[in-house]
Amino acid sequence: METLTEINWILACYTDDVPENGGACIKHGDEQIAIYNFTRRQEWYATQNLCPHKQQMALSRGMIGSSGEHCEPKVACPFHKKTFSLLTGECLSDDDDCQIKTYPIRVDAGKVFIGITC
Amino acid sequence: MHKPTIVVVGNGMVGYKFCEKLVAKTSAFRIIVFGEESRAAYDRVHLSEYFNGKSAVDLSLSTEAWYAEHDIVLHLGNPVQEINRSTKTVHALLGDTFEYDYLVLATGSSAFVPDIPGVEKDGVFVYRTIDDLELIKAYAPNVKKGAVMGGGLLGLEAAKALIDLGINETHVIEFAPRLMPRQIDSAGSAMLQSKLTDLGLNIHLNKSTAYIGGSHKIEALHFNDESALAVDMLVISAGIRPRDELAKLAGLHTGTRGGILVNEKMQTSDESIFAIGECALYENMIYGLVAPGYEMADIVVNQLTGGSKLFYGYDMSTKLKLIGVDVASFGDAFITEPDCRTIVFEDTHKGIYKRINLSTDGKYLLGGILIGDADAYNMLLQTVNNKMILPPNPEDLILGSRGDGESTDAGVMSLPDDALICSCEAVTKSAICGAVNDGAANVDSIKKCTKAGTGCGGCIPLVKDLVAGTLKANGVYIKNVICEHFDYSRQELFDLIKIGQIKNYDVVLDHFGKGDGCETCKPVVASILSSLWNEVIVKQDTIQDSNDRFLANIQKGGTYSVVPRIPGGEITPDKLIVIGTVAKKYNLYTKITGGQRIDLFGAHVSDLPAIWEELIDAGFESGHAYGKALRTVKSCVGSTWCRFGLHDSVSFAIEIEDRYKGIRSPHKLKGGVSGCVRECAEAQSKDFGVIATEKGWNLYICGNGGSKPQHAQLLATDIDKETLVKYLDRFLMFYIKTADPLTRTATWLNKMDGGMSYLKNVIINDSLGIAESLEEEMQQLVDTYHCEWKEAISNPDMRKRFSHFINAPEEKDPSVQFDTMRNQVKAKEW
Repeated sequence: METLTEINWILACYTDDVPENGGACIKHGDEQIAIYNFTRRQEWYATQNLCPHKQQMALSRGMIGSSGEHCEPKVACPFHKKTFSLLTGECLSDDDDCQIKTYPIRVDAGKVFIGITC
Repeated sequence: MHKPTIVVVGNGMVGYKFCEKLVAKTSAFRIIVFGEESRAAYDRVHLSEYFNGKSAVDLSLSTEAWYAEHDIVLHLGNPVQEINRSTKTVHALLGDTFEYDYLVLATGSSAFVPDIPGVEKDGVFVYRTIDDLELIKAYAPNVKKGAVMGGGLLGLEAAKALIDLGINETHVIEFAPRLMPRQIDSAGSAMLQSKLTDLGLNIHLNKSTAYIGGSHKIEALHFNDESALAVDMLVISAGIRPRDELAKLAGLHTGTRGGILVNEKMQTSDESIFAIGECALYENMIYGLVAPGYEMADIVVNQLTGGSKLFYGYDMSTKLKLIGVDVASFGDAFITEPDCRTIVFEDTHKGIYKRINLSTDGKYLLGGILIGDADAYNMLLQTVNNKMILPPNPEDLILGSRGDGESTDAGVMSLPDDALICSCEAVTKSAICGAVNDGAANVDSIKKCTKAGTGCGGCIPLVKDLVAGTLKANGVYIKNVICEHFDYSRQELFDLIKIGQIKNYDVVLDHFGKGDGCETCKPVVASILSSLWNEVIVKQDTIQDSNDRFLANIQKGGTYSVVPRIPGGEITPDKLIVIGTVAKKYNLYTKITGGQRIDLFGAHVSDLPAIWEELIDAGFESGHAYGKALRTVKSCVGSTWCRFGLHDSVSFAIEIEDRYKGIRSPHKLKGGVSGCVRECAEAQSKDFGVIATEKGWNLYICGNGGSKPQHAQLLATDIDKETLVKYLDRFLMFYIKTADPLTRTATWLNKMDGGMSYLKNVIINDSLGIAESLEEEMQQLVDTYHCEWKEAISNPDMRKRFSHFINAPEEKDPSVQFDTMRNQVKAKEW
């Protein structure tokens, strides 16, 4: 089932602000959002910047990569290497059920936009 | 449809496990849980870890959301006050009455507080719940001398907690003539006592406390033998008492010394009321461990869902680490000759005591005790529980095989299929091997699909061996591959990258790997690339570990530390002033490190370039504290000042540190140079250590501090500086090329076939014929040294990476917050 919610696309940054195959953090009001430039896959992702494990604003500084046969894209927190799916926000590290928020993202003419639901 | 209601009284580990097991099996019941504490169930077994960094959240077993998800009504801070058996209702503290069809009492136990005058004084605590621990923690900062009453298992845990809290002088008071009288024999106790005394614990045996002295707060313990001990804090850990008061009030049968009487179905004298865990008394026995409690929970779940599983007592074997000392007892530990034959191994030098009890015909293992080294525990316990026939030389079980090195995984694989491997979760060998055959190829996936190893964790080494053994039996060749993306060991990948002359991670992945990489293989490849080509690491910043990416160590709170290189620990007053000025300007915490340099903590990521610019202007370089690289070469003051010094150790240390600085290796590297045999630089605890002799220098290698300290071993004696540097070149390069990721030199040597004599041959006698190329490769790295920070600050693109918000580079992370402590900043607690 799909629910229709209003998505407000905000200009987050420019594509060359975010390192290749890495992340960077943007500020949106009081929110901190991590943006990932997955150059290797020609994909972009966005999640909350806060790692729920130890409440550190750190995910944008984490390493990204893939996990499993289906190459699920993921990010590893630099603090204790908890990993999260960039698709669903689910924690992929063993027996942990914390979850991070993901945001829709699109790139247009060198600009990176993030979808904020209102 | 009417669902029968189960009321669970108590939300400890066992009460929680009951709920978990029940909802996993059926949703046919309404479940209502009452807990006395304000917290949902948490891990009491690892309670002492609360004092070395674990938080209440880390210890928690479940979240309130979990209960909601499974429609379990959870009442915390609301203990049941009364059970009315005729109306089948319970009455809780906050006023409500609830009906039940079945009642499960999991009320646990409380600390036993002996009736000693003065126990009510301030500074007297018990050690049972997180709340108790918080009270202890709050009181501890002003305490100089602390004591624990009780030298049993819990008492020693509490003593460890006092040590962790930084109490200088900690005493243990035991009434009995020895420590842990319930678990180990007197010879084992004596060994444990001497080890603990070495570790700084003061142990008093045969002491019965007459009263606790002090006007308002505790000031001293006074004993019946007229002696006294001045202390400002006491933790009572003299045993547990089952919480049976509710059951007694309801007229259920209880034991004369406490405990709710249960039968083999865990039923109390009222058949709709069950009791499980430490409050239950089965055949005159209270089971004060978590595994039997879980088993009881399983029995009740089984009974309620129409099963017929019964409780027949439980193996009380335990293995634990007390203040760093292994202590284990298993099977029948106390049986003595002539009812058995006993083999004892005792090494007072290393503090090891091992005893095994064999059947009189020598065929079976009955039980035993291990102090100081309990590595064999799991296998010995399995041998007892599965009544396995012993080998012809049963002493090998505790001494290790001294002939041809038979591997231990064969032993694990010879266990019978129904051998219970994980007793907390009741997982058998066949369940684990079956899971491996179904595709679970590592411990993490075994944990996920069987739950083995998720309780106390004691069985994990066995699980590991079983996984390896099963894979091997299935013909899977096991090597230490890097991760799911690279099917090579580090050494193989090192050679492949070198031969292929590859300088970029993505190319390495395309050529030799699959997928998109991860946080394991990226830093490994980054380290290899750096060891081979020594290019500026920040060029490929996103494959570096966070510390290497920002050229600084990420710290609690998300700030970074700054560590300039201070070669050999020598620094001019002017440079000291610069460090002070910079620290003041950027509000950094400063501390002298163990490696004779100065750490500056609490830097915002966006301040790093400016900080380093000032340091570099004053002549400092990166200290590579963030990298798997050479950290420091520690030195004593040497012959230039010291009246004992034989040679100039400072100059040599600086020379060596400057030679190897910046070189990336599988793990960090530390060195030391001492000017004489007094060894003030502690060189023998380093990866390489140099000590001056009358005739030259001695070179030691592969030492290690850290969690498993190991002394460095002598490689060469009385050699001159040039030879020493040559040997060091060969040694370090050989290590860099062949070690597994994150393996220190000591571990690398320990795993090396042939050990030190082989390594000596390679380095000194050039047995592999590679000495010259090792030297060349090292020289290449030395010649291409660059200060990474200098490169980073002079490159605007790289500088741009050091901001927290890319869309607001001038703003700092508002979530970074500091407290103050002793007039400096400190990171806020998480």
